[in-house]
Amino acid sequence: MVPAAAVTVAVVLPIVTLFLVAVTGSGADWSHLAANVLPKATVTTMALLTMVALLSATTGVATAWFVNSHDFPLRRTLSWMLVLPLAIPPYLAAYAMGEFLHFTGPIQSAVRMIGGFQSARDYWFPEIRSTPGAAFVLSSVLYPYVYLTTRIVFLMQGRNIADVARTLGSPPLKVFATILLPVARPAIIAGLVLVLMETLNDIGAVEYLGVRTLTFSVYSTWLNRGSLEGAAQIACVMLVLVMALIWVEQWARRRQRYHEARATQMRRRIPRTRLPGACGLVLSLACIIPVLIGFVIPVWVLAGYAAHRLGQLSDPQLYSALLNSLTVACATAFLTIILALVLANALRHNHGSRAEILTRFAVVGYALPGTILGIGLLIMLARFDNILSSVLTEMFGIRTGLLFTGTAAAVVYACTARFLAVADSSIQSGLHKLPPDIDPAARLLGHSSSDTARHILLPLLKPAIITAGVIVFVDTIKELSATILLRPFGYNTLATLVYENASRGAVEDGAVAALFIVAAAVFPVILLSRALMHDRDI
Amino acid sequence: MIFKTAHHLAARAIAFAAFSSVLAMPGAALSAETVNIYSYRQPQLIQKVLDAFTAETGIDTRVLFLDKGLEERISAEGENSPADVILSTDISRLTEAKERGITQAVSSDTIDADIPAEYRDPEGHWFGLTKRGRVVYASRHRVATDSLTYASLAEPEWKGRICMRSGQHSYNLGLFGALIAHWGVEKTETWMTGLKSNLARKPNGNDRAQAKGIFSGECDIAIGNTYYVGLMQTNDKEPEQKDWADAIKVIFPDIDGVGTHVNISGVAMTRYAPNRQAALKLIEFLTTDTAQRAYAEEVFEYPVKPGVPASGLVQSWGVLKADTLPLTEVAKYRKAASEMVDRVGLDDGAGS
Repeated sequence: MVPAAAVTVAVVLPIVTLFLVAVTGSGADWSHLAANVLPKATVTTMALLTMVALLSATTGVATAWFVNSHDFPLRRTLSWMLVLPLAIPPYLAAYAMGEFLHFTGPIQSAVRMIGGFQSARDYWFPEIRSTPGAAFVLSSVLYPYVYLTTRIVFLMQGRNIADVARTLGSPPLKVFATILLPVARPAIIAGLVLVLMETLNDIGAVEYLGVRTLTFSVYSTWLNRGSLEGAAQIACVMLVLVMALIWVEQWARRRQRYHEARATQMRRRIPRTRLPGACGLVLSLACIIPVLIGFVIPVWVLAGYAAHRLGQLSDPQLYSALLNSLTVACATAFLTIILALVLANALRHNHGSRAEILTRFAVVGYALPGTILGIGLLIMLARFDNILSSVLTEMFGIRTGLLFTGTAAAVVYACTARFLAVADSSIQSGLHKLPPDIDPAARLLGHSSSDTARHILLPLLKPAIITAGVIVFVDTIKELSATILLRPFGYNTLATLVYENASRGAVEDGAVAALFIVAAAVFPVILLSRALMHDRDI
Repeated sequence: MIFKTAHHLAARAIAFAAFSSVLAMPGAALSAETVNIYSYRQPQLIQKVLDAFTAETGIDTRVLFLDKGLEERISAEGENSPADVILSTDISRLTEAKERGITQAVSSDTIDADIPAEYRDPEGHWFGLTKRGRVVYASRHRVATDSLTYASLAEPEWKGRICMRSGQHSYNLGLFGALIAHWGVEKTETWMTGLKSNLARKPNGNDRAQAKGIFSGECDIAIGNTYYVGLMQTNDKEPEQKDWADAIKVIFPDIDGVGTHVNISGVAMTRYAPNRQAALKLIEFLTTDTAQRAYAEEVFEYPVKPGVPASGLVQSWGVLKADTLPLTEVAKYRKAASEMVDRVGLDDGAGS
C-alpha cells in the first residue's frame, strides 16, 4: 500500500500543482467561457468522442473478429499489419490525410479528371477539416488500441466457449454476437478508454483540422487571453469527465470473471471458418482498408516529401534526436512498467475501495493535454529546485541552481506521468485474466509472497508486460508537447525536430524525422504483435 | 529488508538524478561566454544570424525553441533561470513578458538610435527587430481590384469568397486588436460579423494553406502575412507552392488611411539574465545593418531599422505603408479581440 501511495503521489503531484493554479484564479474568465466558449466546445468534444468511439470500436472489434475466426487471403500478414497505425502520431496523420484529401491531392485530382471539373466550387467533396473528419483521422490511428485488447481476449478466452457454441450448431454471427462480444466487452472498453483519453488530450490534430474542442479552449484561454488559471480550471473540469470514463471502465471490468483456461488447451489450432473465394476477398479488403488509411497513406505522403530531402539523412541532428527519443522512450517504458506493477500488486493484495481509488488516481494524467500536464510539472520542479538551492546556499554556501528543471530527467518524469495509464491498463487486464487461486495455491505449496510474485505471477504476466512496455515506448516516441516544454537547451527528440519545422508552416521539412518516428515505432509494434500472437496463433 | 531495499532505491534515484543533470548541462562550462536564448522563433530561421554574431564577437549562443509556455518556464525558473534573452514573433508575447515581470529594462544608445520609437518599449523592456504586414492575398484571375481596405472585407461583394486561418491565431488577434484600437469594440464587432458571413469555409490551416485555397478555387481572397509569399515563391523543394504563390497577388489593405497593420518579431532581456553583457551585445548586434539585412533576405520580413531595405522580392509586391499606432496599443486589446472571436463565432465559419 505504501509504495503504491508513493507512486500515486509522484504521478499526481503535477496535477495537484495545476489544481492549485486553478484555485488561485479569480474565476473572472468564466462569464465569457460559459457564454461563448464552453457550450459549443463541450458539444463539439462530445460529438468527437462519440464518433471516435463508434468508429474505433467498430473497426477494432470487427477486424479482430475477422482475423480471429475466419480464414481469408493474407489473414496472417494482416493480423499484425492492423497494429501498424499505432506508429503514426495523430498530428502527422491529420496533416497527411489533409494533404491527401485536399484539392491538390490525388483523390480530388482524379475526381476532377473524371468529372471534367476545374475549380473546387464545381463539385462536392467531403470536408476533412471538420468534426467528422477529425473523428475519421483520429480513429484511423487509434483503433489499434481496441484491436489489440480485443484480439488478445479472443485468442485467450473466447475460443473454448465459442467452440462449444459452434458444436451445438450456432451460426458464426450468432456466436460472435452472443458469446465473443460479451466476453470481450471489458477488453473493448479498456481499449476504448485509451482511445478516448488520447482524443481528449489531442491538440495537434484538432487544431490543424479546425475543430474547437475543450482542449482547444484550454489553449486559447491560456495563450490568447493570458489566463493560465482559467485554462487550468477548464482542464480540471475535463478531468472530472475522465474520472467518469475511468469509472465506466472499472465498472465494466468488475463484471469480468472469465479467467484463462488451462494452458494446454490454448495451443490447439483454432477452427476458423473458411470462406468461399469472393467472401474471403471481401474480408481481406475489410482488413486492408484500415491499414491503408491509418498507415500506408500517411507514410506515402510523408515519403513523398522526404524524397526531396534525402540530404537531411546526413544531418547529425537527426541521429542525436533519434538517440534521445530511444533513450527517453526506453526509460519511460521501464519506469511505467515498474510503477504499474507496484500499483497492480497493491490492488491484488488490498481488495477494497481505498486501494482502487488510489490506483485510479494515478492514471488520470493521460487525459490532460501534454503541455498542461507539463506546466504543472514545470512549476512543481522549479519550485523544488529553487527552494533546495536557496536552503543549501543559506546553510552551506552551495548554490545548486536548477537540478531537475530543464533536464532530460524532467522529460522522462512527464512522459511517465502521462503514460502510466497505458501500462496500467495493460497490466491490470493481464492480471485479471489470471485465475485468482494461483496465489493461495503457491502459498500453500510453501512459496513466500514475494517468491510467488517473482516466480509465478511475473512470468505469467509477461505478455501483458511486453504489451505495456511496447505501447508506452511507442507513445513516448510520439510525445511532443510535454517534451518541448521541459527539455534542456539543444535537446531534440524526433518529435520536437518535426515540430520545429512544422511550426513555421513547413511540415514537409520535417518529413524525414517524421518517418524516423514511424520507423522507431513500427519495429516494436511488429515485435509485439508477433510475440503476442505467435504461440497461440498457429 | 524493506528498509534496505528502500535505501538502495533512494541511492539509485539520487545517482540517476545526478547523472541526468550532468547530462543536461554540457556547454554550460565549455565556453567563456555564452548567450542563452529562449525563442518563440524556429531555430532554423535565426541560426544564420546567430552564427554571424558568434563569428563577430566570439560569443556562443544556445537556443531553446518553445512556442507555448515560454513565459511560464522563465517565470517558474525564477532567479536560477539560465535564460538571457527572449526572441518572440508577436508583440503581445513581448508585452506579456514585461507584464509578468520576467524582463528587465535595457538602455543602449545604439539600439535606441537603430529602432524607431513605435517599435520598442518606452521603458526599454523589449525591442522590435522585424516587421511583418498582415495583408490580403487576392486571386490574380478572379479579383480585379488592386486596392482594398480591411473595412471592405466585410462587404457583401465578398460573400463566400474569403479564407483565413483560425481567428484565435496570434497573427489575426494582432490585426483585430489594431482594429479595436482604431475603431473601438462595437464597430470592430460589426465588421467581424460581416467578415464571418463572407467566409468561404471554416477557418483552418496556416497562412500558406489560405494561398492554396485561392489556387484551388475555394476562395478568392485570404488574409495572410507578407513573408509567407516570399517563402512560397522561393520554395524549390516543393515547387507546387510556387504555383500557389503565382495564383495570388499581394494587396496592402489600409485602416482609414493610416496604413497596413504590422506586427513585429522582437527581443527582450530576461530579468535574471546570468550573462547580461553578452546578452546586450547580442541585442545590439541584432539591430545592426548586417543582421537586419540577413533577416530581410533570409525570411522576407521588413527590417525595423530605417535605411535597411526589404529584399528585392518583397519590394516587388508594392510599398508597405505601416500603421504607426504604437504596438503596445495593439497588444492591449488582444484579450478583447480573442473574446470577440468567440462571441462572434468567427471560427465557426459562415454557415452558423
